[in-house]
Amino acid sequence: MIEGILIGLSTALTFQNIFMVMIGCFFGTIIGMLPGLGPMTAIALMIPITYGFDPATGLILMAGVYYGAVFGGSTSSILLNAPGVPGTVATSFDGYPMAQQGKAGKALAIAAWSSFAGGTLSAIYLLFMAPSLSKVSLSFRSPDYFALMILGLTAIAAFSSKGQFLKAMMMVVLGLMLASVGQDSLSDITRFTFNNMNLTDGISFVLVVMATFAMSEALTIILKRNDPTAAAKQVSLTELGSIKIDKEERGKMYKTIPRSSIIGFLIGVLPGAGATIASFLAYGMERNLVKDDEKEKFGKGSVNGLSAPETANNAACSGSFVPMLTLGIPGSGTTAVMLGALLGFGIQPGPRLYMTNPEIFWSVIMSMYIGMVVLLILNLPLIPYIARILAVPKNYLIPLILFFSITGIYVMSFNNFDIYLMIGIAVVATFLRLYDFPMPPLILAFVLGGLMEENLRRSLLLSDGSWTFLWDRTLTLCILSTTILIVGWQIYKTFKKKN
Amino acid sequence: MNINTTKIISLLFFIFSSFYLYTAYQIQVFAFDENAPFNARTFPIYLGYTGLFFSGLKLILPDPDTIKVEHKNLEYKKTGILIIIAIIYGATILKIGYFLTTSLFLFTSYYFLGERRWILMFLLSFPFVAAFMYLLHGVLDIYLRDPFLKSIGVMG
Repeated sequence: MIEGILIGLSTALTFQNIFMVMIGCFFGTIIGMLPGLGPMTAIALMIPITYGFDPATGLILMAGVYYGAVFGGSTSSILLNAPGVPGTVATSFDGYPMAQQGKAGKALAIAAWSSFAGGTLSAIYLLFMAPSLSKVSLSFRSPDYFALMILGLTAIAAFSSKGQFLKAMMMVVLGLMLASVGQDSLSDITRFTFNNMNLTDGISFVLVVMATFAMSEALTIILKRNDPTAAAKQVSLTELGSIKIDKEERGKMYKTIPRSSIIGFLIGVLPGAGATIASFLAYGMERNLVKDDEKEKFGKGSVNGLSAPETANNAACSGSFVPMLTLGIPGSGTTAVMLGALLGFGIQPGPRLYMTNPEIFWSVIMSMYIGMVVLLILNLPLIPYIARILAVPKNYLIPLILFFSITGIYVMSFNNFDIYLMIGIAVVATFLRLYDFPMPPLILAFVLGGLMEENLRRSLLLSDGSWTFLWDRTLTLCILSTTILIVGWQIYKTFKKKN
Repeated sequence: MNINTTKIISLLFFIFSSFYLYTAYQIQVFAFDENAPFNARTFPIYLGYTGLFFSGLKLILPDPDTIKVEHKNLEYKKTGILIIIAIIYGATILKIGYFLTTSLFLFTSYYFLGERRWILMFLLSFPFVAAFMYLLHGVLDIYLRDPFLKSIGVMG
């Protein structure tokens, strides 16, 4: 492992990669501060640029964008009570009251230090957990992988859909259907192409991500007459005050950070759970653990109440890399986008990644730490200036997002058809968004579609067409039982709501 | 049964899944693969049935959290214009070239979204696209096809 860490450090500490982390964190912070434009959009817009680099650098850039976006989301939560990303909603419970008391700078500093500590601790957990899990996952067979993918898709549908489980499952199926277009990987038989040569190679992953996130979010902003840059304009005018944290506040943070980082990391590892659930759970847990006098301060500017969700959401971000790097199965929409980008580089993440491409595996883990330092040293003092950059009118922002989306497809295919297809998917996605059909399950399903079919193929061939492979192995049965429990519980909840 | 837009979308998805399933059954497989435990049409067939199952459930089950969208508050005109501009952009980018079409796409989009600061609009279209092209083509070595710039001798 020491050798791996050194390889990772030497890759992550090159001038180019440090620069990429800085650019990623900076760009991510900008996008994260804009309510409505989350880390998935930021990463999607970066994909075409990453194809100019080697895979390690590309992934480092995307990881930097991810942390930056979460940090940026915290900033608008604290200063404006307008969370940029769902994972920072809990941050506003105590961050915004603190800012209203004239302690905006202090609140930002507490959030930044908590994020830093949470991210650092979880990078350490990841450092030790990922190789062990990789070794364990080498014993996984096709039926286990197939069951695990179904669990991942069901879990993301259950956790990311705000009670709209069936809608999310429809999006999962749609994602899998889109992934099935094109040549069958084994027999080369074309499917659902309707004799259109442009569809023979299937639908590009970048196209689907750009259409369902970047482009559709831009269209939604115009359609709903939202102005995401309004928040940034207000941030640029906010007086931050001192960013110093006193001894008593530090004492409170020392207790909160370790426990919140553990809960954040563990929740992040679970497929589909992610930063939002982690931050809410950490907030709730912290409220139960503190003394009664501190409990009274929750919701009115508590240091513990601010530190807990911030630590947990950053820890969850690192945790969500575990299933992607070790199993090749992304646990969240954001890591699904990264997985898709890696597949575009011709790299298959999974248990063998850290043996075949140790520089990618370890440099991403090492760059997480560097990213945290960058966020703390550079972004915290720069918040008012970043906000000023953001205060561009949406009349410029929206065309620029569309431009980046279309350019992304153009440089990949030099094909009109792909641009039309992207616009078509974006229009459908915009309409579906209006009625709360979630997009992350669609992306995750699209990315996993090919792998899922491959593992089902192997499982069915090995069992001679019998579905008994689903309960022949204890591990497969356990994973499948969890999936059935999730589906049953969600359908039961729908009935219960009505009654 | 309360018919709302979500139910209509579910119904459309049900019809789409039926069509997908029908098409899945039409996939031509090799003769020796016809009775194999798994062939090119197996997974799509399961997907089609799964689509029918979930959209059918959504249609049948009650919908306690009905989403109501105020259509009169939505900006259909500007959204439609942006989509049309994007389609025109897509149609011309290969023939005319990246630089000119992209710059015009940005400029007209700013205009239709209500922007009238001409100098800023110009700076954020033509020079911006030129700089971006340099980044992609010159620095990152990502090929950009541009017949227009080629015809005037700017690009090799």
